Amino acid sequence: MSSFANTSAPRPGDVVGTLRLLAYLALSVVLIVLDHRGGWLERAREIANVAVQPLWQLAGMPARLGQTMREDAVTRSMLADDNRQLRNDLLVMGARQARLQVEADENARLRGLLDAATRHSLDVQLAPILSVDLDPSRQRLVLDTGSRDGARQGQSVIDSGGLLGQIIAVTPATSTVLLLTDLDHAVPVSISRTGVRLVAYGIGRADRLEVRNIPTSSDVRVGDAVVTSGLGGRFPPGFPVGTIVDLRPDDSHAFLVGDLQPAAQLDRGRDVLLLREDRRTQAGSGEPAGPPSEAVPATPPDATPPDARVPASDAPVAPEPQP
Amino acid sequence: MNRRGRLWLLPVSVIVALVLGVLPLPEPVQGLRPYWLALVVAYWVIEEPEHAGLGFAFVAGLLADLVSGALLGEQALRMVVMAFILQRFRAQLRFFPLAQQALAIGGLLLNDRVVAAAIHLVLGLPQRHWTYWLAPLIGMLLWVPLFLLFDAFRQGRRGR
Repeated sequence: MSSFANTSAPRPGDVVGTLRLLAYLALSVVLIVLDHRGGWLERAREIANVAVQPLWQLAGMPARLGQTMREDAVTRSMLADDNRQLRNDLLVMGARQARLQVEADENARLRGLLDAATRHSLDVQLAPILSVDLDPSRQRLVLDTGSRDGARQGQSVIDSGGLLGQIIAVTPATSTVLLLTDLDHAVPVSISRTGVRLVAYGIGRADRLEVRNIPTSSDVRVGDAVVTSGLGGRFPPGFPVGTIVDLRPDDSHAFLVGDLQPAAQLDRGRDVLLLREDRRTQAGSGEPAGPPSEAVPATPPDATPPDARVPASDAPVAPEPQP
Repeated sequence: MNRRGRLWLLPVSVIVALVLGVLPLPEPVQGLRPYWLALVVAYWVIEEPEHAGLGFAFVAGLLADLVSGALLGEQALRMVVMAFILQRFRAQLRFFPLAQQALAIGGLLLNDRVVAAAIHLVLGLPQRHWTYWLAPLIGMLLWVPLFLLFDAFRQGRRGR
């Protein structure tokens, strides 16, 4: 480590210095290429992430402290206002939920008639975001939830708006989320109105996604809502991804390119939800996996973190749909 | 590296710089975040050349890559380039008045941004927002207080 103490020394020192420089530069370039191309450093990264995790916790501390202080400082009247607002929201949501439940039951019955694959309820887990600013050229997020709390690599992450991304790395106390908008990310989607299947790519900007290779003949319009199609099996179907805000011909003029406005609030919010979906039930849908308790009642009695169970948009199939 | 007592500041300062590097900032001023790590590395390369050389810069940059979740090796490369230039001009830099030194550091930080932009260009990664080019200015302004602070710490330690 002790580099040359006498930089003023003539040529030989300079030559050594230049050689060292070249060696280190070569080493960094190799690292960059390995990390950029192959992703061969996954394992090393995983281990190293565990080491830097305390730093993340430390950096996230001020934000957490600030939040605690803000929460301590709110007045009674503000709390009362908040409560009223939340109660109203709950009422509206409850009503909507009840209506949806009827539809869901009906849907389940129809599915039963069609002998279609049953869909199971989705289980979610609340995960707070750790407030740290990662490299802005990559769209990542650190969650304050790690393998200790049951987070796993590959889990889908959603918020109230829609799909946010997926977990790509887990340490005991934190996990890293690759956002939909990252340059490396693509998600199979379909237009909810027409069912046209497409792929949405991230372009490295927080407020945009891109849908490429849309056949000019297909029925896609500005304003169409785009949801996950579930193809590929990584993301469950039916979660909002975004809205098409612009359509233009691509370079070849044979296809269209669409700009998507992400449905999830990618740059705000303190909490997100991790989908704890049982993969096996998707793969082998014939097997009636999932205990009966998975069937979710119309209004979840204990919608409390960190173990809130909410029925997803697609119907939870109760063994006995009509009580 | 930490055999002598007064070098305790070196790892501590690097860790503080790493944490400051990922400390959440409000969205509009994101780009103005000074490159703390570069300032710290520059200080040690100028002041403690026996302990802080290219290897030190490389390791510090690598740690920063890990902490910020960036491409592994990117900041390592940038730090090595900066440390090398600093070593070459160390003799002159040391005897510059502080203001002039700050100016030189500003130039180095700007150069660092150019290197970063070049790496992104080569790899086809998205370029950062233009406000990120203002960060070297902030770093330049921070150099003098930082330098004095570090010196005060080390003087106090040496006085005992």
